[in-house]
This record gives sequence, C-alpha cells and structure tokens, in this order.
Amino acid sequence: MDALVLQILNGLDKGGAYALIALGLTLAFGTLGIVNFAHGALFMLGAFCAVSLQRILTISQKVRDESITFFEAYKEVPYLELWLGDTGTKIIEWSVPLSILMAIPIMVLIGIAMERGLIRFFYKRTHAEQILVTFGLAIVLQEIVKSLFGANPIPQSAPEIVSGSANVGAFLGLSDTLVYPYWRLIYFTFAVAVIGGVFAFLQYTTYGMVVRAGMADRDTVGLLGINIQRRFTIVFALAAVVAGLAGVMYTPVVPPDYHMGMDFLVLSFVVVVVGGMGSLPGAVAAGFLLGILESFSSMNEIKQIFPGIDQIIIYLIAVVVILVRPRGLMGRKGVMES
Amino acid sequence: MSILSMQSSRKDVVLMIAFAAAVLAMPIWLEPFGAAYPDLMQKFAIFGIFAIGFNILFGLTGYLSFGHAAFLGVGSYTAVWMFKLLSMNIIPALIFGTLIAGLFAVLIGFISLRRSGIYFSILTLAFAQMSYNMAYSVLTPITNGETGLQLAQDDPRIFDAAAEGSGLPLPELFGVTMQDFDGLAGFYICGILLIIAFYISLRIFRSPFGMKLVAIKSNQNRMGYTGFNTRPYLLVAFVISGMYAGLAGSLMAVTDPLAGAERMQWTASGEVVLMTILGGVGTLIGPLLGAGLIKYFENIFSAYNEQILHDIFSFLPEFLENFMVFIVNPFVGEGWHLTLGALFMVIVIFLPGGIMEGVNRLIAWVKRDRSGSSGDGKAKPQASEG
Amino acid sequence: MSESENIVLDVTGVQKTFGGLQALSNINLKVKEGETHAIIGPNGAGKSTLLNVCIGRLEPDEGSVMFGDVMLTGLTPYQINQAGVARVFQTPEIFPDLTLLQNVMIPALAKRDGEFKFNPFKSINEEKALIDEAQHILEDLGLADQMNNVSASMSRGDKRRLELAMCLIQHPKLLLLDEPTAGMSRHDTNRTIELLKRIKSRGMTKVIIEHDMHVVFSLADRISVLAQGAIIAGGTPDEVRGNPKVQEAYLGGAHL
Repeated sequence: MDALVLQILNGLDKGGAYALIALGLTLAFGTLGIVNFAHGALFMLGAFCAVSLQRILTISQKVRDESITFFEAYKEVPYLELWLGDTGTKIIEWSVPLSILMAIPIMVLIGIAMERGLIRFFYKRTHAEQILVTFGLAIVLQEIVKSLFGANPIPQSAPEIVSGSANVGAFLGLSDTLVYPYWRLIYFTFAVAVIGGVFAFLQYTTYGMVVRAGMADRDTVGLLGINIQRRFTIVFALAAVVAGLAGVMYTPVVPPDYHMGMDFLVLSFVVVVVGGMGSLPGAVAAGFLLGILESFSSMNEIKQIFPGIDQIIIYLIAVVVILVRPRGLMGRKGVMES
Repeated sequence: MSILSMQSSRKDVVLMIAFAAAVLAMPIWLEPFGAAYPDLMQKFAIFGIFAIGFNILFGLTGYLSFGHAAFLGVGSYTAVWMFKLLSMNIIPALIFGTLIAGLFAVLIGFISLRRSGIYFSILTLAFAQMSYNMAYSVLTPITNGETGLQLAQDDPRIFDAAAEGSGLPLPELFGVTMQDFDGLAGFYICGILLIIAFYISLRIFRSPFGMKLVAIKSNQNRMGYTGFNTRPYLLVAFVISGMYAGLAGSLMAVTDPLAGAERMQWTASGEVVLMTILGGVGTLIGPLLGAGLIKYFENIFSAYNEQILHDIFSFLPEFLENFMVFIVNPFVGEGWHLTLGALFMVIVIFLPGGIMEGVNRLIAWVKRDRSGSSGDGKAKPQASEG
Repeated sequence: MSESENIVLDVTGVQKTFGGLQALSNINLKVKEGETHAIIGPNGAGKSTLLNVCIGRLEPDEGSVMFGDVMLTGLTPYQINQAGVARVFQTPEIFPDLTLLQNVMIPALAKRDGEFKFNPFKSINEEKALIDEAQHILEDLGLADQMNNVSASMSRGDKRRLELAMCLIQHPKLLLLDEPTAGMSRHDTNRTIELLKRIKSRGMTKVIIEHDMHVVFSLADRISVLAQGAIIAGGTPDEVRGNPKVQEAYLGGAHL
C-alpha cells in the first residue's frame, strides 16, 4: 500500500508537467490547427527565466572577507545582500517563485512574437510543414540558450522553508517512512491551479467562449465576423505562458539544461495523442495518467517482470492507443481520424 | 510541378553515367573545395544513401517518418555483430545490416502504416524512441549501452579468428582494408554502393510502381476507388527506405567499426528529414545534394573558431571586423546546430521545394527571359526534373 | 419487376442513419444490364449516400448490395473497384500532382495489374500499350492537348471529364456518376451527354445522379425518385414524368 501511494505521488509532479505542456499543445492545435514542435522550447525558456532571474539577483560585488584574517581574502556578495541585508538573502532564496512574476510577461511577449512572426504564416500549410518549421525553430531556440548559458544543467533551489519533505505517510495514516518532497507537492498543486485557471478562463469569459467555439468549428467562427486573428494570438500567448510557468516551477525538481524542452516535447506529444488531439480534458487526464503509469513501471517489482518497461511504457501506450482508438481517450470523433 | 516525368530512357542513361562519373571523380573535383579527403567523402556517400532511401518513402508517398534513425542504428549494430561473430569481411556485414534493418522496417511499418498523417509520424517516432531507450537499458547485452558496441580481441569471428596479439582487426574486402590507398578504398566502396543505390532509386522513380506511390501521395482515397490496395504499396516503400537506412548504418560501421545508440535518437531522424527537404523532396538528386551540403558545411562550420573568423574578416576595418566576428561567431563551431536550425526554417518558409525548386525556378526564369522576344508568350509547361 | 433480364446492381433493404437522422430507409433498387438508371430527388434526399454505400465508402446499417453475384457490402473500396464498379464523384477526385496522361494511366494499371503489383524495374516508357490507350481516351474526351499538363491547374469542368476518362479506361461493368455535369457550361454539358450516349452503345451499365432534367431525360432508360431517404417512384421517364408524387416531392422546383 505504501509503495502504491508513493508511486502515485511520484507520478503526480511529472504528470503535472506533462499535463501543462500538453494543455498548451492542445490549445494551439485545437484552436489554431498548428502542430507546434517548438512548444517544448517554450517550457525550456520558462525554466531559463528562473535561471536568469537567479543570475540577476545574485549579481555580486567583491568584498573583503572579514572571516579570514591572516591574508587579504575577498568574497563575492550579491548586491541585494549588501543593500538589503537579510531581506536580500530572502529574496534570492525565493528566486524561483519570484520568477513566475517575471516569466508571465516574458512568455506573453515570446508567444506573441512567435505567432505573429512565424506561426500565422503556417495556418494554411500542411501539418508536415508545420512540424518541420517549428522543429527548426526549436533547434534555434535551444542553441541560443546553449550559447548563452552553456550545455551543463544549472541547479536551482527551492526556498528553504519548502526544501524538506512532507511526512505523507503519517498524514494518510500509513507508515512513517512514506515521505515526499514539499516542492513536488507544490508543483502538483501549482499545476492543478494553472489548469483550473485555464479552464475557468475558457468557461467563464467571452474570450474563452470564442476560443471553445473555434475549437469546435473554426470555419463558422471565422464567418461570424469575430476577429479571429487577434484571438489566435492571445490563445497562442496563453499556451506559451502555461508552458513557461510549467518550466519555471520545474527547475528545482530537475536542473534545467538547453535540451530539456526536446525531451519533454516528444513525450508531451505522445500525451496529447493519447488524450485525443484537440481535447483539453483529455490532454490533462492523459498527462497525469501517463506520469503515474511511468512511475509505477519504474517499481522494481514491475521491472522484474518486464525489464526496461519504465523506459518505453509511455510510447507503448501511445502505440496501442493510436492503433485501437485513434481519437484518443477523450477526443471527438473525426478529428484527424481519416 | 510534376514529380515524375516521362523522360526518354536515353536521357536517364546519360544521367546515370554522369552521376557515376561525378561520384567516382569526387576526389578530383572536391579538391578545390577542400573536401577531397576520404572521411568526409565517405560521409557524403553514406548520408547520400540514407537520404535517397528516405526520399523513396517521404518524397514519393508523402508519409513523414520521424523514426528512420532507428534503422540506421539497427544496421550499425548488426554490422558490428557480423564483424564480431562471422568475419571482418564487409560483405556479410553489409548484407545482414541491410536485411535486419529491413526486417525491423517490416514490423514497424506494418503497425505504423495503419495510420496516416501526423499519427504516422508519432508512431514512427515512438518506435524509434523505444529502440533508443532500450538500446541504453535492457538491451545492453546486445548494444553495450552507453559505451557503444566495439570490436574486441577475443571475438569469436568463426571465419577468420584474429591472429594472436595482432591488435584489433580492420574491416576488409578480400584483403583490402578501408584505410588502404590513403583511405580511398573505403570511399570507393561507399561510392559504388551509392551509385547502385541511386540507380535503384532512379528505376523506382521511373516505374509504374513509383508512379503509383506518387498517386498515393497525391490522393490516397482515389487510389482506393481506383482499385489499388494502398497499404502493401506503402509498406514496400517503407521497407525499401528502411533497408537503405540499414545499408547506410552498416557502412558507418564498416568505415568505423563501432555502433552507439545515439545514432537512433530522434534528432538523427530529424537530420535526414532536413537533408531531404533542403535538397528537394521527391526529386531524384535533391536529397543527395541536401546530404552533401549539410555534411560539407557541418565539417567547415564546426571547424571555425573566433581566431579563424578574425583571419577571414581581417581585410575589413577593425571595428567592422569585430562586428562581423560578433555576428558570425554564434553560428560556427559549437553553434553549427544553430545554423542548421535556422536553415531548416528558411527552407521550409521560403523554398518548400528545396534547392531543386530554386534551380528549376532559375532555369524557368532564364528560359522565359530568352524566349521573351520570340513573341509567343505561352511557355509550354514542362515536367520539371531533379 | 418480373423481367428476367440480368440484374447488375441489386440493392435490397438498405438502411443508414447518421446520429438519429434516417438518411436511407429500406431502399430497394434493381439496375438491369446495359441500362442507364437515373436517380433523381431533391437535395438531401440521400442520393450520394446511396452511391457511397454501393462503393464501400459507407457501411449500411442494414441490407445489402449485390453486384451480379458479388456481395459488395463489407468489401473495401478497392475490392469493389476490382470487381468492376467505377465512380465519378460529385467533387472531382483526381490526382492533382500528376499530369493528365498519368492520371489516366493509374486506373489503367489498376485494371491490368490488380490491387497490388511490385514492379520497380519496369520503366513506365515501356508501357506503350497503356500509354496509347490513355492517349486515345484523352482524345476521345477532348483533353489530348493538355495531356502533359499537371491536372491541378485544369478548370473544374475539365477535371470532371478527366475523372470520367479515368473511370472509362477501366471499362467498368458498372459506372456510377454523381452529378457529372454540375458546374459545366451548356456547351460542355451537351458534350458530356453525347459522350455518355456513345458509351451507352457499348453496353456499359450506368447509374447517374443528376439535377439537370435535360440530362436525365436525354440519357435515362429508367428513373428512380428518392425523397427523404426513400424511393417514392420509379419507372420509365414517361411514367415518372406523369407521377403526381414526384411533382409533389419537387414542389414545382423542377418542371418535369
């Protein structure tokens, strides 16, 4: 029982990341009809927003190290600490959550720039061409990041107060050994909150209504005289923000590097297909489902029966789903089925 | 633009002879470009074969596979195993490398071709990623995991067990190793296989079979109502292109007898897509041009560094020199992939037909210019050729 | 129907519903060998659905379609074509990337090679007989001068004629035509009528859906009238012309 709960928990944070990325992919595909292979790069850019903010906050000045007395030693102290003392230290410690504030406007701008500058010229072209051009863009973006930040992963830390682990076992009345890092719980909660926010936006605002109508029948909405162009841009920016936030918050879980976007992209595409191309609830459900299944398959008991299953489980499920039920778990009949 | 032209067979003979001559004379005409060394020319030939094969699937049928690198990897692993188990002679390595890759292609193709469009792409991608992940994990006894599969002194090699203490043996063809004749032996083996591969591709393009493949790309539904069972056609095209990839993979092992899983990664699949697109999808020569150009520039660009750039731009005034170096530097050396990605975008955006489309447009433009004075403005549309 | 003539197409009890909407209800239709059978009826009557059931694009919920002694229901489109049924679609289904000549050669290859043949080392140029036949049929339909053009650039009317050529080259036993003259000029329509009359003399059985009554009465031997998914009348053109039910179905929309 403990092991099962632990695996479900372990799957939740990764599943949350899959769900957030898949959500953006589905928004772009469902409303704009765009197959965006650069979506993983947006996730990566979000993560590097966090890295950048941390770098900015820790811009330092060399000062005399008073603790060493027998020769002149210097140490780097961030300006923030020099100016604000303990408050400065706290701000630096909280750089990851603070990055959210910075990432939102940046991702909006990147999203708008991408849609206006490139994506909109590809609405009428084939899926193959969309895949190819966004694939090229993804390479460009990740290489730029690589040349700016280097090829090595850059660890980010969560604030001290949440860096420990929660004793989930005691909370659920199970054994005390069942612990789970706070940050991963936070990531899961955050993912659920963002997903809830997106759904609320689509459900309760007029903007969202038009977007949903567009997903159901793009041609008709265009005929209604609604300025579909501007809404497309906003939807794309929204997708970019969701991916970016997923990236920011993921940095304490796995240190970001320039190719993390590609790694997640391939899996997220698979998630979208399993959920059903164009179905938002499907993308979210499949994201969590596959995250949890992936973590189950890495249990030793399972690996003894099917060696290496944890490496291929997601792809395997995708193959089965595409063959047996091409519209995915929750996709509408007819979408991309021909 | 029609992909297939009904050309006279005589023209094809000329094309074939010219092509063979060009390949065989590569050490001569590549000299001025600084590319006439065997290592690079081998790469041209190997990736040329890979791209020609990929084009038989993507170019003719329009099915975009994102997992062809898997067959490249299978070909490499098989070839190295043949060296380890049978003989250092390259013939069994090439034959089995191609055949086993073909077998994999039958399996993967049979399943993936049950769907089309983006679902087909995702299925092939999923299979390639599974192969890649498994090569690194459970299949380590076969693939030797991250280290890669290598030859060893104590390999069984039932047909020619190694002489004691003579170091690692080299792949050879009846006594001629790939390094003989300053490495040209290796190149000519690759080159001759490239010529054969090109010949087969030419015949397929000109055959009723090839015409049916293009018809599938053009309107698959109509093919059904016209009486064709399209699935076996697609499967055959898929398997042929998988075997081309297997041949390319085994040639990689022949010229350098080791195999690693990174050859199967999906970025490697992306590279062959780019080669095909850059040259011209569905044209005969385009994919070869694409493969050659990419490997050539990869070689040149990745060798550049800031110092060399300063030398190149040293004729400029100093601030301009620094400015140019500042602009160009991110694109060379380590940044070669950036150039590649940008190139990818530029081609897809501005020239979806690739270089061959550019060439054809240029020819049409020149022709129109010349015939412009003759009064008859009605240019007879001609099937373009590549 | 008591005639003992050969029945080529025998549709019995075909039903089809789309999400609660009855598109076809209990359709019975017999087409005799060599006749031109027109199916007319107002928009949305289910005419195209009926053809789709015949060629395997749609599976009927109930009932069956027999072609001679071959059961078409349950077969795939390519099997139905190989059995000898060809179809011209309402929106032309051609190969837009191929030249006209190639467009016509593909179905000729299907007729000769069957559903699958792997012959990668044969050159298309050696297929002299096929090329001749394709050229001949293009001449027949007045498309020979565009033979080497890519078909995507043709006018809509020409595309329809090309599709007809693609069907005719297969010498099907049964030809299904879905509004073959829609969108054509008067001149082209008359040309098509002439052409269809000519092939009629060759004994090909045809089922034709048409709105243009001029075309229907020029060509049809018998007419079935479809309204709201059911056949409400059938018979020779004269019988149908005088049938009050038919007049009612059209509500004076067309003057029969």
